[in-house]
Amino acid sequence: MEVDTATTPEHNQEFADVDINNGSVSGASDEEEVPAPGSVTLEQENDLFVSAMTPSEVHRRISASNLEEVLTDDGDYFIQIVISDPQKVGDGMSSYLAYKVTTKTNIPKFKRNEFSTLRRFSDFLGIHDLLVNKYLRMGRIIPPAPSKNIIGSTKVKMSPQQTEPGTPINQEWIEIRRAALERFVQRTAQHPVLRVDLDFINFLESDQELPRAVNTSALSGAGVIRLFNKVGETVNKITYKMDENDPWFDDKITEVEHLDSNLQKLSSALKSLVSSRRELSVLTGLVAKSAAMLSTCEEHTGLSRALSNLADVEEKIELLRSEQANSDFYILAEFIKDYLGLFGAIKCIFHERVKAFQNWQYAQMQLSKRRENRGRFELANRADKLDQAQQEVEEWQGKVQRCQQQFDDISAEIKREMERFELSRVKDFKANIIKYIEVQMAHQQQIISYWEAFAPFAREIV
Amino acid sequence: MMDGTDESNILNSPATNNGGTMEISSPNPLAPATATNGSGSATSPDSSSSAPVTPAALGENALHVEISDALSEKEKVKFTVHTRTTLPGFAKKDNNVVRQHEEFVWLHDRIEENEDYAGYIIPPCPPRPDFDASREKLQRLGEGEGNMTKEEFKKMKSELEAEYLATFKKTVAMHEVFLRRLASHPVFRVDQHLKVFLEYDQDLCAKPRKKMAIFGGFVKSLGKTTDEILLSATVRDVNDFFENELQFLTEYHGHLREAASRTEKMTQRHKDVGYSHQKISNALTELSTTEKGNMETFVAKSAEVFERIKNLETRVASDQDLKLGDTLRYYQRDSNAAKALLIRRLRCLAAYETANRNLEKARSKNKDVHAPLEVQEAETAQAEACEKFESMSACGKEELIGFRNRRVAAFKKSLVELSDLEIKHAKSQYDYLRQSLLALKEIA
Repeated sequence: MEVDTATTPEHNQEFADVDINNGSVSGASDEEEVPAPGSVTLEQENDLFVSAMTPSEVHRRISASNLEEVLTDDGDYFIQIVISDPQKVGDGMSSYLAYKVTTKTNIPKFKRNEFSTLRRFSDFLGIHDLLVNKYLRMGRIIPPAPSKNIIGSTKVKMSPQQTEPGTPINQEWIEIRRAALERFVQRTAQHPVLRVDLDFINFLESDQELPRAVNTSALSGAGVIRLFNKVGETVNKITYKMDENDPWFDDKITEVEHLDSNLQKLSSALKSLVSSRRELSVLTGLVAKSAAMLSTCEEHTGLSRALSNLADVEEKIELLRSEQANSDFYILAEFIKDYLGLFGAIKCIFHERVKAFQNWQYAQMQLSKRRENRGRFELANRADKLDQAQQEVEEWQGKVQRCQQQFDDISAEIKREMERFELSRVKDFKANIIKYIEVQMAHQQQIISYWEAFAPFAREIV
Repeated sequence: MMDGTDESNILNSPATNNGGTMEISSPNPLAPATATNGSGSATSPDSSSSAPVTPAALGENALHVEISDALSEKEKVKFTVHTRTTLPGFAKKDNNVVRQHEEFVWLHDRIEENEDYAGYIIPPCPPRPDFDASREKLQRLGEGEGNMTKEEFKKMKSELEAEYLATFKKTVAMHEVFLRRLASHPVFRVDQHLKVFLEYDQDLCAKPRKKMAIFGGFVKSLGKTTDEILLSATVRDVNDFFENELQFLTEYHGHLREAASRTEKMTQRHKDVGYSHQKISNALTELSTTEKGNMETFVAKSAEVFERIKNLETRVASDQDLKLGDTLRYYQRDSNAAKALLIRRLRCLAAYETANRNLEKARSKNKDVHAPLEVQEAETAQAEACEKFESMSACGKEELIGFRNRRVAAFKKSLVELSDLEIKHAKSQYDYLRQSLLALKEIA
C-alpha cells in the first residue's frame, strides 16, 4: 500500500485561503435543527474534567478522549449558531463586512445560554487556522472555511452605500457567503472536541475584537509564503510513498477517493441544474412580458383578459423558478461542495499520518545507526565513547517510542474521526435530500394553485 | 416522452372554423406517423388501414383530407395524403397520393398567386421539416459514445429518438392542418390545383427548388416588404375598419413573433433543466455504488427520483411547447397571411385610384368630343377596378372576422388545455414526490 496523494485535487486544504476550498455545515437547511443524538457530543464528566485543565493538558486529554464515549452521548447538549445582519464597516478598500454571530447553547463550558458578537470574515479564517494548527496533527477533520473571493469582496467594498450593500448581485454574493460561514461555524460546533476549544468558545463568546489574523489576507506576503510552503508539501506528498500495513487505511483511502470523485461529478451536475434553472426563470419572465404585450394589443376582450392573466401566472412562475434555483443551490449544490471541502480536510489528516509515519521511520533509522555506532565502539573496546553511544541509543529509543506512539495515536484518532464523519455525512445527506424533496413539493403546490387560478379566465373566453 | 400527453389535436383547431359545411373528424391524425432510428432514415409500418375511417359517414359534397402515413428519409419526408370525397369532378372517391414538403409549398404558391383569391386569407404554408437539431444531437451522441456508460448511452438514445419522433409528428400535423384548412374553405376546396394535388399520382414539382429559386423567394419577399411600406405610406384608406385592422395586425404579428420565439427559448431551457436532472440522477447512481448498506439504497432511490422528475419536467416543457408555443407560431403565420390580404387590398385600392385618375384625365382631354372612345374605355376600366375593390373589401372583411373568430377559439382551446395540463403535471409530480418522500424516510 502506498499513500499517493498525487490525485489530491488542488481544491483541498492546502490552498485554503486563496483557493476555492469552501464551506462546511450541511447547508442552510440545518441551521434550525438541534443536532440529534450521536452527531455531536462529549460526555459531561469528560467535559467538566477538561475545563479544569490547562490548555496543553486539554489537548492531550482531548486527543485521548474515547470515541465510544463520544458516540454514545445521549444528545442532551445542543448548540445552535446563526449568522445574520451582514454589515459594511468602514469605507473603500479598507472596509469590511461584519456579521452578527448569535449562539444558543446549553453546553456548560459557555458562560451564558444565549449570546451574540460581531465577527468579520477574516476572523472566521483566523479561527479556522487556529483549529488547524492545534488539531490537524492529531488527525482531526477540521471543517474548511469558506474561500476568499477578492473580486466579490472588492465589489462589495466599492459599492457606495455603507449600510445596505447596493446591487442585487452584491446582495446575492453576500448571502452566499453568509450561508457558507454559517455552515462552517455550525459544522465546527457539531464536532465534540472543536466546539469546546477555548479559542472557538472565545470566538463565539467574546465581545472583544479578535486579534487580527495577519496571514489570512490573500494578498499579504505571509499568504504568498504560506502558499509556497504548501506547494512544497504537496510535492512531498506526491513523491513520498508509504508501505501501508493497516488494511483499514488501504480501504478507507480508496473509498474516500471514490466518494470524492463521484461527488465531483454530482457537484458539476448540480451546478448545471442551478444555472439552467436560473436562466429558465429569466426566460419565463420574458414570456410573461410578451403575454402582457399581446394582451394590450388583443382586441377581443375575453382573450385579452386571459392573456393578461397568463402574464400574471408566468410572472409568478418566474419567481418560483428562481426560488427553485435557490433551493437547488443552497440545499444541494452548496451542500455537496461543502463535502468536497471536507474530503479535502480528510485527505489532509491522511497526509498528517503519513508525516507521522515518516518521522517514526526516520527515528528508527537513526536508532539503528546509533546501535551500529555502539557496536563498533564495543568491538573496538572504546570504553570512553561507549557511554555516550549508549546514551544516544537510549535517547533514540525513546524517540522511536514517542514517534510510534504518535503514529498509533493519529491512526486511532483518524479511525474515530472517520467513524464520526461517516455517521454525520450519511445523516446530513439524507436530511438534505428529504428537505429538498419537501421544498419541491411546496413548489409544485404553488404551481397548481397558480394555474388553477388561471384556468377560469381561459374557459371564460367567449 | 410524449406518451400520455394529448398533443394530437393541437393543430386541428384552426381548421375547424372556416367553411363549416363539412365534418373534419379524424380521431388521431398523428397516430400513423412513425419514425424509428436516428440515422435519418425512418420507416413506418403501413398503417393507413388502421385509421378508423368509415366511408359511409361522408355526406354530400364532402371533402375529407388527412395524412394517413409519413415516411422520413434522409433529406425528405414523404407524406401519404389520403382523400375521401363525394365532390363531383374527382375521379375516385377514395385516393392516396404521396407528397413531399416542396409540393405543399407548390400548392400554397399556386393559390397565393391566383388573382381570384386576392380577397381571401391564404392558409399559411407549413414550415419546412427540420430535423437538423435532432440529427446533430444524435451525431454528437455517437461521437460521445465512449464517454458514457452503456445505460446512459441507451437512455440518451431513446430520448433523442423520442424527440425526433415528436418533431416528426408535429411536422405531419402542420402539413395536415394546411390541407384541412383548404379542404374546409368554401372556395379553396374546389380549387383546381388542390384537386391536382390530391389526385395526380406524379411529382408535381417539375423542377425541384434550387438555390436560385430560394434566392428568388428572398428577393420576392424583400420586394414585398418595401411594397408594403410604400403602399401604406402613399395610399390613404377610405375605410376605417381596414385601416385599423392593418395597424392591429402589424402590431399583433410582431408581438406574436416575439412571444413565440421567447416561448420556444423558455421551453428549450426547461428541457435543459430536465436534462440536468438526468445528469444528477446518473451521478447519484454512480455514487450509490461507492456507498454501503442503507445509504446505498437511499442514494439509488434518490437517483430514481431525479430521473422521474426529469421525465415530468420534460413533459411539462413539451406540453408548453405544443399548447402555447405552437399556437403562437401558427397564428404568427396566420396573422401574416391576413396582413398579406390587407396589402393586396391596398394594392387594389391603388389600382382603383389610378383608374379614377385616368378617367379624369381622359374626360378633361376629350371634353369637347362627343362620346369619345377613350373616355368610355376609361369608364369601363374604372368600373371594373371599382367593382373588384368593392368585392374584395366585402370578402376581406368577412375573412378578417373569420380570422378573429378562429384565433380566439384556438387560443381559448390551447389556454384551457395548457392550464389543465400544467395542473395535471404539477399534481402528478407532487404525488410522486410525496410517495418518494415516504419511501426515502422509510429507508432512512
